Amino acid sequence: MIPLPSVKQLLGRRDWLRLASAASAGLTVFTPVLGQAQQIGFDQQRTVADMLTGLVGGNSVRELGVSLTVPALADNGTLVPVSVQVVSPMSEQDHVSHIYLLSSRNPVMQVAAFVLGPWSGRAEISTRVRLAGSQQLLALARLSSGECRYALAEVIVTESACMDAS
Amino acid sequence: MSRARQLLVMAGWLLFGAGALSQQPLLPRTLAPDQVRSGLTFSGPDVQSLQADAFANPGLLWLARGESLWGQRVGPQNLSCQDCHGLKAGSMQGVAVQYPKLATGSGSLINLEDQIRACRTQRQGVSDWGFESDGLLAMTLYVTEASKGLPLRLSPDPRLAVHLQAGASLFQRQQGQLNLSCAQCHDQQQGRRLYSDRLSQGQPNGYPVYRLEWQTLGSLERRLRSCYAGIRAEPPPWGDPQMRQLALYLTWRGEGLPLEVPAVRK
Amino acid sequence: MTQGLARLQWPHNIVAGDVVKVRLLVQHPMHTGYQQDMQGSVIARNVLLWLTCTLGDQQVFRVEPSSGIAANPYFEFFVRAPTSADMVVRWQDDLGVAGEWQQRMFVADRKTPVP
Repeated sequence: MIPLPSVKQLLGRRDWLRLASAASAGLTVFTPVLGQAQQIGFDQQRTVADMLTGLVGGNSVRELGVSLTVPALADNGTLVPVSVQVVSPMSEQDHVSHIYLLSSRNPVMQVAAFVLGPWSGRAEISTRVRLAGSQQLLALARLSSGECRYALAEVIVTESACMDAS
Repeated sequence: MSRARQLLVMAGWLLFGAGALSQQPLLPRTLAPDQVRSGLTFSGPDVQSLQADAFANPGLLWLARGESLWGQRVGPQNLSCQDCHGLKAGSMQGVAVQYPKLATGSGSLINLEDQIRACRTQRQGVSDWGFESDGLLAMTLYVTEASKGLPLRLSPDPRLAVHLQAGASLFQRQQGQLNLSCAQCHDQQQGRRLYSDRLSQGQPNGYPVYRLEWQTLGSLERRLRSCYAGIRAEPPPWGDPQMRQLALYLTWRGEGLPLEVPAVRK
Repeated sequence: MTQGLARLQWPHNIVAGDVVKVRLLVQHPMHTGYQQDMQGSVIARNVLLWLTCTLGDQQVFRVEPSSGIAANPYFEFFVRAPTSADMVVRWQDDLGVAGEWQQRMFVADRKTPVP
């Protein structure tokens, strides 16, 4: 297992509340930086900081209140079920406005962005993702107040042994 | 292969040679009837739950498409499948498990896809659905669905014996740069792991299959050609009789296994 | 306007005010641009750019996927169901091909208990 910097180490080194502002809640969800494809080596995975920058902006971000469910060992990297649940009353005054799924190793960092609102009733989404190898997944929730919450999960992805390329 | 095993297989082939002249093919069974297992039992929990999901199984998308194609009137005579065959549920039950079979006209060994394509070009008078085309896959899955749960069973047609023998030879033949035969992996090593992959028996009871590797639905012929690529052997061209003979042998070898529709595999 | 192929599901017997789980499966290859076809040529990237669900005239769900969403995209989300309305799913991909799928959600009135 490759040693990833622990969240505590990152929080200690950086002041999350003062990250460079790239976007606020009102601007478009899909920024060019997040959509750019990159080649990521096994020992060069994106850090939590890499994944959060650009989405959090100048808002506070805490690792709590978010449940990220993903199998610890994926049968196949082409289809991995993922669920994200955020604790929220989903009222007009207090709700989740966006949920982002971010990948530490896929060529495209932002796997998907979901737009929710008080009409949702519950801040919960599920989908199926592609994972380009064993990595960390990050689920980030942006609240109506602008505050952010996130959760991390590790997934081991095994390759097919028989390379039949067809 | 150990000496004892070699002698056993040779004896089996001698017996088979004698049997080929009679009505019933006497092929040596490498898998006892109570040992045959579907690929689903070798699959991981996510694949199994995906197949079991009556809503989110991706193969269901093609099933829905097949249903609309069944009723679609096409061609100069404005014919749909339904016009000749009626409702699928009644007319197509038990049909998929009869294949591969000998075509009534030409007498050549055909699979279900070949039959559907022939119906389309000869009866409906429209352009052919190419191999692995969306329409052909959807229709094959739709017709196969009428046989869901029915067991694989070799037709007692004595004319199939020579094709069964050919299929058995193909299954035993070592080929490709890796010099492997189907039997070496899927008879002898089935259940064991190749890296983290569990080797299945290579059963044909789940086709057309939604294969995660392909991220789409695909036929048994495509899967067999993939195996050829896997052992670095030249796959025979699409439509080759050898693939149908191999499919016939696999049907006999997997007798008793119920059809899974739509199946999901890794 | 093009049609697509999708499956939509929610529970039976929805009562006004319920929060219901909606399941959605859309047929789309979501080509990453890294794969090869059976002849060996690279298949050009073609993924869904966006997908929305409206219930009546209210947008209740929107997703902006990437190539990291698996082929034949699957989504589950929740929605408050105030009254019977049409659920319309719309999407568009990299090639500009648009898809639409519609299904009516039947919602029973909430019966207030007799005191």
